[in-house]
Amino acid sequence: MDQRSVWYNVDWISILLFLVFVIAGWLNVYAAVYDDQAHYSIFDLSQNSGKQLLWILSSFLIIAILFLLDYRFYNNLSIPVYVTVMLLLVFVLIFGREVAGSKSWFEIGSFRLQPAEFAKFATALMIAKYFDIAKPKNIHSIKTLVSLGAIIGLPVILIFLQGDTGTAMVFGAFVLVLYREGLSPLILLFILLSGIVFVLTLFIDQVYLLSAIIILSLIVFGIIRRNVVNLSLLVGTAAYCLVLSAGVDFIINDLFKPHQQNRIKALIDPGADPLGYGWNVTQSKIAIGSGGFSGKGFLQGTQTKFDFVPEQSTDFVFCTIGEEHGYLGSLALIVLFMLFLMRIIYVAERQKSRLVRVYGYGVASIFFFHFGVNIGMTIGLFPVVGIPLPFFSYGGSALWAFTLLLFVFIKMDAHRKQILDR
Amino acid sequence: MSDLGRPITIGIIFLFVGVIYAYKLFTIQVLDSTYQAEAEKNIVQKEILYPYRGNIYDRHGELLVQNQPAFDILVVPKEVKRIDTLSFCKHFNISKEEFDSKMLKARQYSMVRPSVFKKMIPIREFAVFQDFLVNYPGFSIQPRIIRDYPDATLANALGYIGEIDKRRLARDTTNVYRQGDYIGISGLEEIYEEELRGRTGVKYNLVNVRGIDKGSFKGGAYDTSAVAGKNLMTTIDRQLQAYGERLMKGKRGAIVAIEPATGEILAISSNPTYDPNLLTGREFGTNYRQLSMDTTKPIFNRPVMALYPPGSIFKVVQSLIALEEGVIGPSTRFPCNRNQVNCHAHPNPANLHNAIKYSCNPYFYSTFRKIVNQNLHENTFIDTRIGMEKWLDYVRSFGLGEPLGIDLPNEKGGQIPGLGLYDRIYGENRWKFSTIYSLSIGQGEILVSPLQMANMAAAIANRGYYIRPHLVKKIGDESLDYMNSIDRHEIPIQEKYFDMVVEGMKDAIQGTAMRAYIPDIEICGKTGTAENPHGEDHSVFMAFAPKDDPKIAIAVYVENAGWGGRAAASTASLMIEKYLKGEVNRKWLEEFVLKGDFIY
Repeated sequence: MDQRSVWYNVDWISILLFLVFVIAGWLNVYAAVYDDQAHYSIFDLSQNSGKQLLWILSSFLIIAILFLLDYRFYNNLSIPVYVTVMLLLVFVLIFGREVAGSKSWFEIGSFRLQPAEFAKFATALMIAKYFDIAKPKNIHSIKTLVSLGAIIGLPVILIFLQGDTGTAMVFGAFVLVLYREGLSPLILLFILLSGIVFVLTLFIDQVYLLSAIIILSLIVFGIIRRNVVNLSLLVGTAAYCLVLSAGVDFIINDLFKPHQQNRIKALIDPGADPLGYGWNVTQSKIAIGSGGFSGKGFLQGTQTKFDFVPEQSTDFVFCTIGEEHGYLGSLALIVLFMLFLMRIIYVAERQKSRLVRVYGYGVASIFFFHFGVNIGMTIGLFPVVGIPLPFFSYGGSALWAFTLLLFVFIKMDAHRKQILDR
Repeated sequence: MSDLGRPITIGIIFLFVGVIYAYKLFTIQVLDSTYQAEAEKNIVQKEILYPYRGNIYDRHGELLVQNQPAFDILVVPKEVKRIDTLSFCKHFNISKEEFDSKMLKARQYSMVRPSVFKKMIPIREFAVFQDFLVNYPGFSIQPRIIRDYPDATLANALGYIGEIDKRRLARDTTNVYRQGDYIGISGLEEIYEEELRGRTGVKYNLVNVRGIDKGSFKGGAYDTSAVAGKNLMTTIDRQLQAYGERLMKGKRGAIVAIEPATGEILAISSNPTYDPNLLTGREFGTNYRQLSMDTTKPIFNRPVMALYPPGSIFKVVQSLIALEEGVIGPSTRFPCNRNQVNCHAHPNPANLHNAIKYSCNPYFYSTFRKIVNQNLHENTFIDTRIGMEKWLDYVRSFGLGEPLGIDLPNEKGGQIPGLGLYDRIYGENRWKFSTIYSLSIGQGEILVSPLQMANMAAAIANRGYYIRPHLVKKIGDESLDYMNSIDRHEIPIQEKYFDMVVEGMKDAIQGTAMRAYIPDIEICGKTGTAENPHGEDHSVFMAFAPKDDPKIAIAVYVENAGWGGRAAASTASLMIEKYLKGEVNRKWLEEFVLKGDFIY
C-alpha cells in the first residue's frame, strides 16, 4: 500500500456520489424540456441536454487539472484566488451583461460566465486560509469577527449590488463553518429565533404574537435563576423579538422590492393569486405532487414539458424529478444528498489540517444551503430564491463552480497524510 | 478533535432539513391526490364533439325536422393582436360595447383557451363572415347544429330545443348534459329527447401552458366519438298537416285526425300557431318572449291541452250507452219537447236514427234520463247515483276524463263530472237528473280535449275499441308496437249498437252537416255547437270515413265559429277529401273555409 498514492487516498464515495448526481442531472435536464413531438437527441447541442453534457465533460477536464496541480498550490493561492474573484465581481458590475434583472454575467461571444458562482469557492477557501494563518484562539474577539465579517461581507455586498440576492444569501451558510470553529451556539439560536419570529409574524396576527412574546418572557423569568447574565439575555431576547415582529411589516413593505414581497406572499398563500405571484409555487407543487408515489416515468412528465413550471431546467429542475420519478425519486435524491453532506463532514473531520477542515465545512455549508433553499422553494417551504440545485440545474458556471468547490476539497483530502497542521 | 459535539450538531441540522423535506414531499406526493387532478386540469383540454340530433320524418318518410349547420365564433384573447375593432364590429354587426364586454368575459375565463364569442350564427350569415374572419387572428369557428323545419308546420307537436337551464342541469344525475347543451323542451323534442339527442363525444387534447396542442391525452384512451341521435318517423301526413294548418289560418282551435285501425295521428293542428324556425338558433330568446306574451297563445298546444265542452257530438256516446243498457232501442221515439231543452226544426217525433241525423236535443234529454234513472232504487237521489256510476264507467271507457297517453307532454285529461264533483257542489244525495241534465247534450261540467274527440270518432269508426293515439311509429329502425292489449282499449258496448249509431252519423251528412258531403265518400259525422257563455258558440265536428273500413277519424274544433255544421264540418270534410283523394275538388268549400266568415 503506497500511502502517497492519490488514487488510494482519494475519497471514492464522494466521487461516486458526484458522478451519480451529474449523470442523473444530465438525464433530468433532457427530460425537463423533452418534447415528444420534436424528437431531439439527448446529445443535440442545440438543446440544454447536449450543452449540459459539454459542461459535464469539461468539468471532468477541470477535475483532471485539479488533480495534476500540486496540493500546496491551493494553500498558497487562496489569497490570490480570492482577490481575483473579488476583482471579477467588481468588473462584472461595470462590464457585465444584464440578464433577467441581474448584472452578473460576463459575455465573451456566445460564452457566458457568472463570477458570483466562483465567489462561493473563493470565499470558502479564504475563510479556511484565514483560520490557517491567524489561528484565532478566540473566535469572538473583535479582530477575528471583523476579519471574517470582511472576508464574507465583501462578496456579499458586491453580489447584492449585481442584483443577485439569491447568491448573496448563500454566504449566510458560512455561519455553520464559524459555528464549527467555535462561534457561540447562541448565534445559531439567535438566527433560528429570528427565523421563527419572522415566519410567525407572517401567519399570526401581530397583537397575538406580541402578547405571546411577553407572556413567554414572563414564564421564562419565573423559571430561570435570576442573575445579571440571564436577566439581560432574557430582556435582550424579548426586546429583539418584539422589535422584529413589529418590524416585519416594515421590512417586507419598505425594504423588500415588489417581486420579493410577492415571493413572501406566495409562500404564505399561493392560492390567493394562483395566476399571478402564486403561479410558480402553485405549478411547481402541482408538478411534484402529480408524480405520486412512483412518478409518471422518465420523459413522461407533462407539467414541466408543457411549460407550466417556469425555469424547469434550471431553478425548478427538481419538479421534473418529483413529477417523473415520484416520491421514490424525490426521496432518493434527498437521501443521496444527505449521504453526500454527511460524507463531506466526515471527511472534513478526519483532516489534520485546520485549513482543509474549515474549507470542508465551507463546502458542506454551501451545498446544504443550495439544496435546502432550492428544494424548499419548489415545495412551498421557502420563498422563491433563484439559486440552482447543485449538479442538477442546467448551467455551465454553476456546474463548474460546484465541481471546483468539491474537487479542490477531494484533492486536499487525498493528500491529508502529507498536509500537516502547521 | 476530541469534541464531536459541534460536527454532530451540524449533521443533525442537515438531517433535520432532509427529514422535513422528505415528510413534506410525502404529504404532497403520496398523501394528497389533488395534485394529480390539478395537473390534468392544466394539460387536458376537453373538446366536445356535438352529435347530430335525429331527424324527424312524416309517415311517408318526408322530412319534417332536420339539422342545419350553424357556427360559434370562438376567441383566444391572447392571440388577438392589433385588430381594427371598429371594422370588426361593422363586419360582425355588433356594437363596440358588446365587443368589449365579450372580450372581457373571454379574458376572464382564459387568455389562452378559446371561449365562445358569438353563438349560433346561421349558415347564410356565416358565409359573409367567413371571408373576414381570416383577417382577425385569434378568432376561430366551431361548427354547431341548429334545427330546421322545411315546412314550418306542426310547431306545437314537434316542440323545440333550447339551452338547458340551470335547474334541469342540476337534476341531471346521469351527467349527460353540460352547460350550454341543447335539450328538447317541448313536444316530440321533449318526449323523445333521449332517442333524438344521440351521445355527445369528447376528445381530450393535451395542451401546454400557451394552449398549444400537444397531441391526444393518453393516446385517446378516454376519447369518445359522437353518436348521432336516432331519427323519428312520425305518423303525421305532411301534406294533410300543412293543409289543415292552412285551413285553420286566422282561426282558433284544433284539428286532430287519427287512423282508427292503428291509433296513428295523421294530423294534429293547433291554431294560432307559429313558425317553428323562430325558436332556433340565436334569436330564440327574443322570439320566445314574444310568442309567450302573445295573447292569442300560439305556443299553447290546443289539441291536447285545450278543454272544451264537446256539445252535440257527445250525443253519439249517449246513444251507445243507452242502447247497451237496453233503455232504448233503435225504434224508440221521444217527442221533441222544447220545454225540456231547446231544439230546432226537424221531423218529429224522431227515432234514434233521426235524432242523431238532426241532433234532436230533447231526444237525448230523455235518453240520458233513461240511463241515469233506471228505477233501481225508490229514492230518486240514490237511483240517480246508481245510474250515474254506470254511465261514468261507459264514458270513461271512451278515453274521456283521463289523459289518453299520447306521446306529447302536458296532455290534459279533461273533466268527466264524477259523483264526487256533484257531491261537493250540491251535497251528497242532494242532486238528481234535473241537476245534471246538461250532460245529455255534452254541455255542463263535461270538458274534453280535441284529441279525445278525435279518439272518440276513431273508437266509433272501429265499432268498439281504440288504439292509444300516438305520433311516432318508428325510432331509428325500430317500429313501435301499439297493437297490444295495453294500448288497445275495448269499449264494453256491442258492435251492433255501433252499427246503428254509425247509420245515423252517415245520414247526419244529409242532416245537420250538409257541407261535409263528399259525392263518392261515405262520411259518418256528428256536428256540435258548444254553448259558450263568453261569446259566439264553438263549432265542433267529429267524423270518420269511409263508413266501411274507415281510414281516417277526425275532430275539428273551431272556437267562436258558431254552428258545427259550418266551420268545423266543412274543415273536417276538406281534410277527409284531401287525405282520401290526395286533392280537393270542392274549391268553393275550400274558399268558404279559408275566408273564415262563418257567422251570418
